[in-house]
Amino acid sequence: MTTEQRVLLPNNVEDIFTVVFVPVIRTIAMLLFALIAFGLVLLLFGKNPLQAYSDIFRNTLGSRYAFSEVLVKLIPLLLCALAVLLPARLGLVNVGGEGQIYLGAWLATWGALSFGDLPRPLALTAVLVLGFVGGGLWAAIPAFLRARGWLNEVISTLLLNYVAIQFINYFIFGAWRDPESANFPQTVKFADSYRLPQFSDTRVHLGLLLGLLAALLIFLVLRYTRWGYAMRAIGGNPEAALRHGFPITRYLILSMVIAGGLAGLAGVGEVMAIQGRLRPAFSPGYGYVGFLISWLAGHSPMGAVGMAFLLAIIALGGDTLQITQNVPFSTVNILMALILFVVLGDFFRSKKV
Amino acid sequence: MNIDQSKPLLETRGLTKRFGAFVANHAIDLVVYAGEVHAILGENGAGKSTLMKSLYGFHQPSAGEIWLKGQPVTIPSPETGRQLGIGMVFQNFTLIPAMTALENIALFLPDMRGRLNYAAIEKRVQALSERYGLPLDLRRRVGALAIGERQRLEILKVLLSDARILIFDEPTSVLAPQEVEGFFQVIQRLKADGYAILFITHKLPEVMAIADRITVLRHGAVAGLLLRAEATPAGIIRLMLGKTPPQPTERKVHAPEIDQPNHSARTARAELRGVTVLPQGGGVQLTAINLQLFGGEIVGVAGVSGNGQREIGDALLGLLPLAQGERWIAGQEASFWSPARIRTSGVACIPEDVLQMGAIRGMTVAENMILGEQARYGMVGGAVMNWPRVQIAAERALSQVFAAKSPRLDALVETLSGGNLQRVVVAREVGRQPKVLLAYYPARGLDVANAEAMRQLLLRCQSEGAGILFFSEDMEELFALSDRLLVLYHGRIVGNLSRSEFDVHRVGHLMTGGQSS
Repeated sequence: MTTEQRVLLPNNVEDIFTVVFVPVIRTIAMLLFALIAFGLVLLLFGKNPLQAYSDIFRNTLGSRYAFSEVLVKLIPLLLCALAVLLPARLGLVNVGGEGQIYLGAWLATWGALSFGDLPRPLALTAVLVLGFVGGGLWAAIPAFLRARGWLNEVISTLLLNYVAIQFINYFIFGAWRDPESANFPQTVKFADSYRLPQFSDTRVHLGLLLGLLAALLIFLVLRYTRWGYAMRAIGGNPEAALRHGFPITRYLILSMVIAGGLAGLAGVGEVMAIQGRLRPAFSPGYGYVGFLISWLAGHSPMGAVGMAFLLAIIALGGDTLQITQNVPFSTVNILMALILFVVLGDFFRSKKV
Repeated sequence: MNIDQSKPLLETRGLTKRFGAFVANHAIDLVVYAGEVHAILGENGAGKSTLMKSLYGFHQPSAGEIWLKGQPVTIPSPETGRQLGIGMVFQNFTLIPAMTALENIALFLPDMRGRLNYAAIEKRVQALSERYGLPLDLRRRVGALAIGERQRLEILKVLLSDARILIFDEPTSVLAPQEVEGFFQVIQRLKADGYAILFITHKLPEVMAIADRITVLRHGAVAGLLLRAEATPAGIIRLMLGKTPPQPTERKVHAPEIDQPNHSARTARAELRGVTVLPQGGGVQLTAINLQLFGGEIVGVAGVSGNGQREIGDALLGLLPLAQGERWIAGQEASFWSPARIRTSGVACIPEDVLQMGAIRGMTVAENMILGEQARYGMVGGAVMNWPRVQIAAERALSQVFAAKSPRLDALVETLSGGNLQRVVVAREVGRQPKVLLAYYPARGLDVANAEAMRQLLLRCQSEGAGILFFSEDMEELFALSDRLLVLYHGRIVGNLSRSEFDVHRVGHLMTGGQSS
């Protein structure tokens, strides 16, 4: 919404209609545009878009199992979205979710490999804490550089992603490599006690609760607490916040560390619940999709839950298309790019999300 | 003087520029001849910049005409202005630091082609550079050039675009004193070649040194047109500041008179001792500032804006590191206190730009009313904000300042008018019953009645015991309210006057760089 519009509207009219309906309608229209454009791309490949969309529907929302797989995808996406959202509220751009996932997984793996067989509650606590710390410390590097005014966090978080990937590869291809899996560079399987609890017979794991809890917590903190007030003040006008004595540096670093920790938890989930061991390139870009989700949701925690769900469907849809329509998986990147495109277009139109 | 009096090069007739209800320029008649240096003089806010922006096409006049070589013209954009031969010499803002000087010039050429012939351009630039004494290494990156060199580059840029009328906006403000002399020689040569030069400034000595004719603006209108030969500094100051000396008896609420000699026996509420602050990002250096502020007094700070007003406040608020000297708050050394600690020990500030420095966009009026004081509105161990209590406190503070209707507490601050936003911030800062209040232009943007109410509010704060540092550019307001007056010039306190010494000419002389007599 542009400021001009806002000025023209009396405050009481703004409530229901503009706050709820306009964004919803606009979001739907943008997604429709992206879906139609992607349909044209499928047509170019000689595929039937309607058939493709119906396949996607069947394999995502069509059955109980399919739906559970959507939730499995949603977990890392949601956590990574929150890792973008929290710093964004302070005016920081965290493009480093991807690297923070890897470092969270790395430190949790280190724990699982070194502690051996612990009692289950202890083992789970250990990997969750280590995962959070790993991602958090990785994010602390750009946060510190930014707080000092030395380096813009957009650059540093992005570049550290590549460092992170090579960093864990060094261990997977080296000291941690499972000697028995000669052809696949990967660690040994973790002891069962480290496996995150999963729900009945699905692959949905504890991470779902953690993600939803984190989203709810961020929502409550931002709206109702002193710290949330300070964060909104700093994000809204850093100069005025500085002039009124807000400890900006502390908030910048803390928010990035917590964000990195959340992305780190996404890494723990993938490694400890889904894969059971640390493999190279285990994240197909969750960090970047999380970035997309946070911007799509206008950095609203509850919105991020919804958007993560939607993007989980699209990601799973990509797998489906690969199998049923015989198109490369990267085709679905076109759809994601289209969505990013319309969202950014909207962002630059209004200069305020 | 070889002024061709018969044919003006540029002329404005009744030029008026309004911004909403605010009249920035009122019926300005200005005549500029080829081969003259015409100084435009006036206080900040007198309308100098607005007038120049209308001339080179940045603003569109609301009424009146611009005549060029005897023809009425409209100048819809700076591009058109350049085509018509009107060039503006900017100080810093239009150069690209990563490119060389030559590339910067080439970018600006009116006849720029797809493929640039740098050798030809360089030849043209060098010819101009030699003719007017503007030496410059064209191959160097602009980022590596000193300020004076950048200014020469800006001049060359404008000359190369075939401008005949050159507008200089405060050109010497970026130059060191020894560079000014060289700059004046350049001006003399340009003048000899028939360029018309418009020279905006508020520095009297320079006007007397270089101008042929002087137009003085006051409150957006022409206060007088003088030939240099007949002008005297005193006469110009009288025109700049107005003919009627202000009445220092306008105080309706009298503070308990403070006996100046007894100051040393009391503890200052806030004090800067020999403070030097290095310039930060385009700011001014403060040098050896000694300032004491006692409870129950209003200390006025006079000065042309940009002479250290903001830096003095920032030094008191703990926002700038002190390179030398000490800060004391209420008898305690506070040189290393954080802004938060200084604020909570009773220092409040009405900033010069309330939207940028004093309010958070995207937050409501109520949320903005507790900015920096959020810790006092906690419940459940201080973590959760008690919004109902915020609401009540905000309402109470607002009712102090808004006699009639205050803005809705749930309105976003960016939707408020300038005056209302000003009053919200004032209500917040005054409502905290500060021991020290820094008030920057508190009546700015308010209409006459509200401005008077604002002054009364300051007097009320004073009578309740606050020490107020009062920044203003309005001499009448300063004289009416202040117990003492400090005069700032180039980051130094060049005058410390008691009420009996208040004199408009003396202050005007000091604030434009004249020596204390």
